[in-house]
Amino acid sequence: MSIDMSQFHQVFFEECFEGLEAMESGLLTLDMGDIDSEIINTIFRGAHSIKGGSGTFGFTVVAEYTHIMETLLDEMRDGRRKVTQPAVDVLLGSVDCLREMLTAIQNERNVNNASVAKHKKALEVVLNGGSMAEEPALPVEQEFASEEDSVNVAPDIVEEESVELGEQGWKIAFCPYLDLLKTGNDPVRLFRELNELGELTTTVNIQDVPGFYELDPEECNISWDLKVVGDISGDEIREIFNWVEGDCEMEIQPLAKAVKLPPVVKKIDPEPAAVIIPDNPAPKSVEVKPKVAETKKSESQDSDNEAAKTTAKASSIRVDTDKIDTLINMVGEVVITQSMLGLVGENFSMDKVGQLKRGLAQLERHTRDLQQSVMNIRMLPISFVFSRFPRLVHDISSKLDKKIVLKLVGENTEVDKAVVELINDPLVHLIRNSLDHGIEMPADRVAAGKPETGTIELKAYHRGGHIVIEIIDDGRGLDKDKLLSKAIEKGLVEENNLLTEKQIFELIFMPGFSTAEQLTDISGRGVGMDVVRRNIQSLGGNIEIISELGKGTTIAIHLPLTLAILDGQSVAVGDETYIVPLVSIIESINITERMLNKVAGKGETFRLRNEYLPVIRMRGIFNVHSGNPTKSKEGVLVVVEGQGELCCLLVDELLGQQQVVIKSLEANYRRVEGVSGATILGDGSVALILDVPGLVRFSIR
Amino acid sequence: MASILAVDDSASMRKMVSFTLRAAGYDVEEAVDGVDALEKAQARKFDCVVADVNMPNKDGITLIRDLRALPDYKFIPMLMLTTESGIEKKQEGKAAGATGWMVKPFNPDQLLKTLLKVLG
Repeated sequence: MSIDMSQFHQVFFEECFEGLEAMESGLLTLDMGDIDSEIINTIFRGAHSIKGGSGTFGFTVVAEYTHIMETLLDEMRDGRRKVTQPAVDVLLGSVDCLREMLTAIQNERNVNNASVAKHKKALEVVLNGGSMAEEPALPVEQEFASEEDSVNVAPDIVEEESVELGEQGWKIAFCPYLDLLKTGNDPVRLFRELNELGELTTTVNIQDVPGFYELDPEECNISWDLKVVGDISGDEIREIFNWVEGDCEMEIQPLAKAVKLPPVVKKIDPEPAAVIIPDNPAPKSVEVKPKVAETKKSESQDSDNEAAKTTAKASSIRVDTDKIDTLINMVGEVVITQSMLGLVGENFSMDKVGQLKRGLAQLERHTRDLQQSVMNIRMLPISFVFSRFPRLVHDISSKLDKKIVLKLVGENTEVDKAVVELINDPLVHLIRNSLDHGIEMPADRVAAGKPETGTIELKAYHRGGHIVIEIIDDGRGLDKDKLLSKAIEKGLVEENNLLTEKQIFELIFMPGFSTAEQLTDISGRGVGMDVVRRNIQSLGGNIEIISELGKGTTIAIHLPLTLAILDGQSVAVGDETYIVPLVSIIESINITERMLNKVAGKGETFRLRNEYLPVIRMRGIFNVHSGNPTKSKEGVLVVVEGQGELCCLLVDELLGQQQVVIKSLEANYRRVEGVSGATILGDGSVALILDVPGLVRFSIR
Repeated sequence: MASILAVDDSASMRKMVSFTLRAAGYDVEEAVDGVDALEKAQARKFDCVVADVNMPNKDGITLIRDLRALPDYKFIPMLMLTTESGIEKKQEGKAAGATGWMVKPFNPDQLLKTLLKVLG
């Protein structure tokens, strides 16, 4: 029977990545002073499962690699090897390496052999160095060399006796112990198998069977003399008895010659096994070594690319069965309500109006619940993102020689899958910033009267229809004066401008702003913060900073819970309705034509509290001619913000606020500039959802 | 057709085992660890148990020992799936009452061949 193993690959990969995450967080929580054996066990189990699965599904590279990890972890688990920080670091590196390997395999790309060899070598150094265990690490090849062996894997050393004289076959004396049946083994089964090898003759010895009253039917009191005739090797016979070895006494002799054979059950000795290493791994990795240095650079680039690719690809989602159950429940309710309404409608008379109204109210409630449950399916706990940070903090703080603990709060807060995928990079950037610029060196902290160990808190919670993610550090805080003088020096603000505290903090989001006196490889060159803000805004969110000099900084990110539904303000332009995302609206002003200023070559502007803002006439850019043209003499200016710039949209009137379901225009029509999607209104007509950042860009041009 | 309880904490292995066995016509139920398996084995009687050794909550060897103590499972064949080909694990499994073992990695054909050995 042939089974297509590739159908299990997706599950296998998902499981591997989960396993790797568990291993990683296990490794990070290990406390060198007090090793928790349960954690070691969990880590071991991760490596073990990946090894088992990868072997089965034919990813030999992964299996070989995890085998070394497993051996090392096994020794740690048994207490044969001490758990040391360097060993843990190597294991952490291995987790990364495995992740890379698996990602490469999943995306059907070549595994980066140089990187694998490097990590493998590091593992082997740990494995062979330090306090050596009594047995040498078994070479991988031994276990994976032959697939045929794997059912049997009888490590017994067998000398092949070639017997060519007379009748070919074997004579077997099989004397099971009383308990043989209690392991579920059945002599009949063994005989059946022997019979498949050759012609079997059995002779039963019942001299040991006790009298009827002493007989215990659960015990095996019989023994057998067996004769198999045929061209059969001793191994084949032994394989059949493999499982009962130790539960019986037996002797196997070739038929023709009654030579005294070595006993079948021969305890294995690790030494000889080690001698047959076909290919000692050590010289192999030495060969590769020079390449490692050369490829180091490209390798790190590769892994960056990989990360980018995977985020774009991920398409499946795991849903809690509870959520599905709720969903099915809801659908059931809707069906019941519908049939109830059907019944009302069948013989409708006016006295049933009350019933109808009740039914409709119920239908409305159920539809809303159903919508909620469906949206819930896309919701993932934010821990999917948070769980990567302990590692990041661990690595970077040790690189910087800082002492930092990361506290995670509200990891179970749920947010849309799309948000989870896109929020990772901005968060990484912000946390790196806190680590690098926020938290001071231990000595500086002590001098400032703070505890030596800095704390970064990553916190998520729901507020309204939003999720708020806060990054709170107790570091040095932002220095307003320094920020301001820097901004002036860079020409980003005018010298005599009076800025509020909030505005000063906002400066760090300006392109080309960096406050660190010395740039490090951790937080980069100040290209980041403006990008961070842009990314968050593209998710329909915003970001704010609260900071106190010497006490610390809090960065709060507000994001919509879902990208599929949007809080919108509907506005009328002629006969058309447009939706403006509520988050981008600053204020709305009733105006008349005369309040607009025409600027030569620059279109129109509106003066709002001493600031001139560009005006976009919606009728103009969307070519709307319907409706009452005199109305355009007066209208409403909606002041919107996109990418830190303000601009005004001139519309006929404001209609109302509502939640709208976003339908992609690109999927159904094509991309339209200034429009991010469409939605269907209550009356069935289509309304376009405005892309505010796009419009702002347009107004600047 | 014989009923089999397949126990493995790894979803991919579990799927592979149960898919293979179902395709061969066996009636298969899956369990995610020893605790789950014990519960399921008590709810109905299986003709055979195939269990991974290394599992959280309750490992395969303890599971086999617990199952053997139940009257229904006294003589039922129980196979352990293991990557630990070391003799100690096998002996430990045998002492707990395992009928036999399969060493990972194995392919579907090997699995079926081995099951045929105990189920016929």
